[in-house]
Amino acid sequence: MSDPETDDTGEGSESDEENLRDNVGQRFGRLPATSADREVKGRASREEVVEFFNERFGIEPAVFEDFSFWEKGKGKIWIFAADNPSPVRIEGLGMTVLRTRQEHWKPTHSAVQRFGRHATKNVIDLSPEQAATFARGEDQDLPEWDGDWGYLIAAHELAGEREPVGVALYVYDELRSTVPKGNQEALSVL
Amino acid sequence: MNPLERYAPLVDDREAFFDACERPLPSVVRVNTIRSTPDRARAALDEEGVGYEEVDWNPELLRLDERGPGTSWPYFHGWLHGQEEVSALPAIALDPQPGEKVWDSCAAPGSKTTQLSAMMDDRGVVVGNDNNLGRLSALRHNAERLGVTNLVVTKQDGRNFSLKPFGFDEFDRAIVDAPCSCEGTIRKNPDTLDQWTLEHVHSVSAIQKGILSRAVQATKPGGTVVYSTCTFAPEENEAVIDHVLETEDCEVVAFDCPLESRPGVTEWEDDEYDSSVEQTHRIYPHLNDTGGFYCAKLEVTA
Repeated sequence: MSDPETDDTGEGSESDEENLRDNVGQRFGRLPATSADREVKGRASREEVVEFFNERFGIEPAVFEDFSFWEKGKGKIWIFAADNPSPVRIEGLGMTVLRTRQEHWKPTHSAVQRFGRHATKNVIDLSPEQAATFARGEDQDLPEWDGDWGYLIAAHELAGEREPVGVALYVYDELRSTVPKGNQEALSVL
Repeated sequence: MNPLERYAPLVDDREAFFDACERPLPSVVRVNTIRSTPDRARAALDEEGVGYEEVDWNPELLRLDERGPGTSWPYFHGWLHGQEEVSALPAIALDPQPGEKVWDSCAAPGSKTTQLSAMMDDRGVVVGNDNNLGRLSALRHNAERLGVTNLVVTKQDGRNFSLKPFGFDEFDRAIVDAPCSCEGTIRKNPDTLDQWTLEHVHSVSAIQKGILSRAVQATKPGGTVVYSTCTFAPEENEAVIDHVLETEDCEVVAFDCPLESRPGVTEWEDDEYDSSVEQTHRIYPHLNDTGGFYCAKLEVTA
């Protein structure tokens, strides 16, 4: 079977958008280092992903230094602790980390739980009641937040330290919980 | 006939064995050290008023006072994972190191796989394979929940597993936690014996031999392979080890078992096994108040 992505030379070329290949949904392709290296339509670059976490949440690029980033399915970005030949047809490669399909990129629940401790901005600290509401997957009025709108890291205090709970979407005085259904839980108010 | 009767001659205390098999299993969680520490996880459980006791041989294992780990804050945060005490043993016997390449041939639903990742500080590569899509989705969900980033998930037949998708051609270590007759899980699944047949014991034994052979072949010389099951059947334990000792380049190596165990058996019905299988471990439910288990450690010699 001919597989255009196996022709990857790994050399970056300044391609026109129409010369770029389509993303193939069933396999993982490594993100190009920068947008100048891009060979697949619409694929984010490693630089853009790392920059997103830095700009939006203040997570230092050094946090991601040893990881590789991959796309499987349009705009679904995964983070992997090692490296691998690209492209590759397998069931999973590390953990999902980011969705880049919409205008506003959305970090995944697991990414925020794993890397959210490194965040220094756009983190909203929830009270015990608010955290329990959020973990149940429920939206709540929260007019007192005067920070940015959009995707935030919701956090609470557990065992003496701040711990990220999940991804919040803040719009019009309301804090929406995006905790995935399978992770929602009715938990005690600590 | 109760299939457990078949194994009674192997057990030193018949009554204690059958009594233990009747009792429900304690609810045990493993602290996920990718996300937390035993100290912090215990502090979080204390804050929430969830009772537990520490497992004396491993600070990362906690026995909960009540059933089910699913509804607590530390569980929500991926600090804890429900895992039977005895099932923490094969990863400890394998002793994977950060940066290594490790194959888990029968990975789903992933308790042992994610334990391997944690022991490796989530560095290097764990290839978690399974041949069933539904079970693979449970593996993916668990790995994601626990924040594991060094796991590659594949869907292949373990007996002729191919390393072609990867940038390397041998593993440092491999673990074969094989599909089996599962009598050892009777305390968790009381109806497990309803489907038991000798025919199945023999057919699954052939599969186990195939997967373990492939694991030895795919591991570098000097590398380690651990074989484990939750069955008492010698056909699925010592006989499988005996088979690979004969057909592959490997030998049994001793390991310190942190739980009370009995040596592997060298005779069963009309069969005799290599004497080195005495260095493998049988764990009966009454010995440590756990499920039943078998665990062997092999070194690849060429």
